Amino acid sequence: MADAGDVLPARTQVRSIAWTRRRQAAARVWAEYRRSRMGMVGLVILVLFVVTAVLSPVLVDPGQLDVTKATGLPMSAPSAEFPLGTDESGRSVLALTLVGSRVSILVGFLATIMSVVIGSAFGIAAGHFGGWSESVLMRVTDWFLVIPFLPLAIVLATILGPSLLNIAFVIGITSWPGTARLIRAQTLAVKSRPYIERARALGAGNWHQITRHILPNVFPLIFANTVLIVAVAILSETTLAFLGLGDPLQVSWGSMLDSAFSTGAASIGAWWYLLPPGIAIVLIVLAFTMCGQALEAVLNPRLRERQ
Amino acid sequence: MTPADAAPDARELPAGRPGPAGAPILEIRGLHVVFGGRSGLRSGGPLARAVDGVDLRVHQGEIVALAGESGCGKTTLARTVLGLERPSGGEVLFRGKPIGRTTASLKPYRREVQLILQDPTGALNPRQSVYESVAEGLRIHKVKGDEEALVEHALARSGLRPPRRFFLSYPHELSGGQRQRVVIAGALALEPSMLVADEPVSSLDASVRGEILALLLQLVRDLGLAVLVVTHDLGLAWNVADRLAVMYLGRIVELGPTEEVLANPRHPYTRALLSVVPEVSHLEPQVLAGEPPDPTRVPAGCRFHPRCPALAGGEAAAAGVDARCRAEDLPVLAAGHDHHAACFLTDESVR
Amino acid sequence: MTLLEVRDLTVGYRTRAGVVPAVRGVSLDLDRGQTLGLAGESGCGKSTMAAAVLRLLPAGTVTSGQVLLDGEDVFAMRPGRLRAVRWTEAAIVFQGAMHALNPVRRVGTQIAEAIQLHAKVGDAAAARQVGELLEQVGLPLRRSRSYPHELSGGQRQRVMIAMALACSPSLLIADEPTTALDVMVQAQVLDLLAELRRELGLALLLITHDLSVLAGTCERIAVMYAGRVVEQGPAAEVFAAPAHPYTRALAGAFPTIGDPVSRKAPRGLGGDPPDPRALPSGCEFHPRCRDALRSCPTTPVELWPAGPDRAAACVLVRHPEEVRP
Repeated sequence: MADAGDVLPARTQVRSIAWTRRRQAAARVWAEYRRSRMGMVGLVILVLFVVTAVLSPVLVDPGQLDVTKATGLPMSAPSAEFPLGTDESGRSVLALTLVGSRVSILVGFLATIMSVVIGSAFGIAAGHFGGWSESVLMRVTDWFLVIPFLPLAIVLATILGPSLLNIAFVIGITSWPGTARLIRAQTLAVKSRPYIERARALGAGNWHQITRHILPNVFPLIFANTVLIVAVAILSETTLAFLGLGDPLQVSWGSMLDSAFSTGAASIGAWWYLLPPGIAIVLIVLAFTMCGQALEAVLNPRLRERQ
Repeated sequence: MTPADAAPDARELPAGRPGPAGAPILEIRGLHVVFGGRSGLRSGGPLARAVDGVDLRVHQGEIVALAGESGCGKTTLARTVLGLERPSGGEVLFRGKPIGRTTASLKPYRREVQLILQDPTGALNPRQSVYESVAEGLRIHKVKGDEEALVEHALARSGLRPPRRFFLSYPHELSGGQRQRVVIAGALALEPSMLVADEPVSSLDASVRGEILALLLQLVRDLGLAVLVVTHDLGLAWNVADRLAVMYLGRIVELGPTEEVLANPRHPYTRALLSVVPEVSHLEPQVLAGEPPDPTRVPAGCRFHPRCPALAGGEAAAAGVDARCRAEDLPVLAAGHDHHAACFLTDESVR
Repeated sequence: MTLLEVRDLTVGYRTRAGVVPAVRGVSLDLDRGQTLGLAGESGCGKSTMAAAVLRLLPAGTVTSGQVLLDGEDVFAMRPGRLRAVRWTEAAIVFQGAMHALNPVRRVGTQIAEAIQLHAKVGDAAAARQVGELLEQVGLPLRRSRSYPHELSGGQRQRVMIAMALACSPSLLIADEPTTALDVMVQAQVLDLLAELRRELGLALLLITHDLSVLAGTCERIAVMYAGRVVEQGPAAEVFAAPAHPYTRALAGAFPTIGDPVSRKAPRGLGGDPPDPRALPSGCEFHPRCRDALRSCPTTPVELWPAGPDRAAACVLVRHPEEVRP
């Protein structure tokens, strides 16, 4: 029944063949993912956004963002020169939207990294160590979970001052509890498996158990969860920027919406100023959600399939 | 012998039949393991006396079987021997010294005493190849030497040949018997002096069972290992064990050489248990009613007395010991080599 | 009257790699009130067989042959008739059934559900029947209000048996009913099955890998390997003097305690039960057979007579002179 192939690995090849097998496993995940239409659509949209964000300094001349150099008429409807119209200073809305993607995505990613790192650390530690450590860690988690996001974010942003890094920090600090709970549950599930016991019986210390057994088995869940958190982070950034807590010198979709509302775009019917950032946000959040769900569907049965 | 079969180091093997050869390698004295109570901020429930006073000795080159039904505490006992549970009382002595209580202090001990788990499928990390699973122990203990050669040797020893062919297999590609051999190889790689096997064949197919048991016997013969086998299957004890200890509700109720215990069981529980084994024909079947009470409610007096056929049938009354059965708890059975049972009725030494 | 007659049943599972045969041409029969033991290990097709009797196979299986339950072919029944027949004529206790109980509903409710699915019975009447069933399987009445997690393994197995008896079937199929249980509880469950047989005249199809259990409880035994029956005959004879090498190995797997032959000498087969996707050629058992002849990998086997009322699928049965000592 067992057939590891007819090749008896030579001494030096053991490691490299092991890596080949890992790459094969990754290829299988990709093939499975490709079958999900939802996942592919989301991925395409995401790639477009990320590419745009990365290339925005090239696509958009920085001069177009300079209020003093604005050439268009303020709040003018879309025309040949300005495909998406202009804002209250006469800048091209299209240019602003493209540049805004950078900030939104950057802050989103930064915040997510923070959130996932803290959340995973708490979750794995709580799940693995149990006892007093777990109780303490989970109570801290609950504390952060219960505090309403917006008031805390406003307070922190006001104290720390408006800057991209601070906003990322604020979002990260408030969104890790969800991850922590999820990871803790999964850690507990993995801990109950006999191979953890075997590792202990072999003499493995906590570090070995966590890095070699728990983490690899929890990682797929973390990854799928991460993708969904980015969406939430971007939304949060938009919210904070809209409330005027973001970096006033940076253009982001949230700040665009803020400017639009405060300059009365809604009342004069300047839809070209409101819709682009709004649609952009919806699209990117949707894309992340679609990818995250497709990924979860691919990675989860694998966790169970490997019997 | 091919180079793959040769032991990587020279070992002194005990010569002759295994038997009470001097000092035991493992000694359990008055062991108590209690569950329940507080943990962190949680308040506990009733206390469960999983292991309620056990004395036992295992010598090198011998296989001791620990038999009993679920809930009798045999698995807890085995796990405590491995340091996976903390005793609430008594001690576990390895080569005369108590084993540690922390992960760090247990590490050198864990190199010498290895675990074979019940379910080989769960015992192997599905993401690790066979090579990595077997090499894990070597890496944890930073064993010096050629890792590949050591892994190869361990796999060959546990009957997976040619060993290199299995290096890159994953557990789901192997059969149950092969997986168990991989687990055994992982244990052997560290060249332990003792193995603790928890139901090593109960989740394997019947036709594969014999091979794995034969492997264990051979390892004991070739390497002089001491083995403690936990099982509910008395037939397994007949197949491989030198001595048999029968557990009930946290205590050993009968202990002695396997042939004697199985041919002439002295404790009513052993007799009943043996009588219902389908492969036994020399005893009239005595099916006990109900199930063993759980360890949070250990009966007063002899813990078996509520279900004892000898008490219910009047034999105990006829011998005049029934009052003691109901009221007096028996002492912990001594860890000797003779055949003893913790029973007022049948064992002279206890009276 | 033959209650269950299986004629040349073949069941295959559709996979990406083609059709994998799980049962390959099995024929059995069972009269009313009789017991038949089906012995075999993982991959031999016994659980598939059990499910096939009530047409409980998953979607995507390819079947041929007939399963006649009281003269009617189960595979030719219309869905309405099938639903009526399931549970009322034949009921099945699955492997690992103890875990098949809904953990959030009381046990009594679940048994009543089985009753009410098949007959227009009011709640009170159903509860009364549940009480009777529990008594029949040796559980106290108050247990009907328990949740599954409050019961032990043995008690849960009794509940499963009670559920199977809910509609008074004539045939009870028990697939590995005692595998996960302690030996004492196993004895209790087997005693219970024997008692039910006596009281209710049940026919019993008992499936397990422990041959000595079957020898003690069944009248006849059929041994399965790689999807086929490789030996059948009266239980005591098959167990005492197996004709097929696999039966011999299975009989030796659990030693007779007290027999010096098996003391410190565990007997087992090399290799593993075959993967249905890659069956050996000729006689499927030949890679593991100690007595295999050179012709075994190339000679197809069938069940040949091996004595009065006995049959075995082994060439040595036809040419006993070739058996090596």
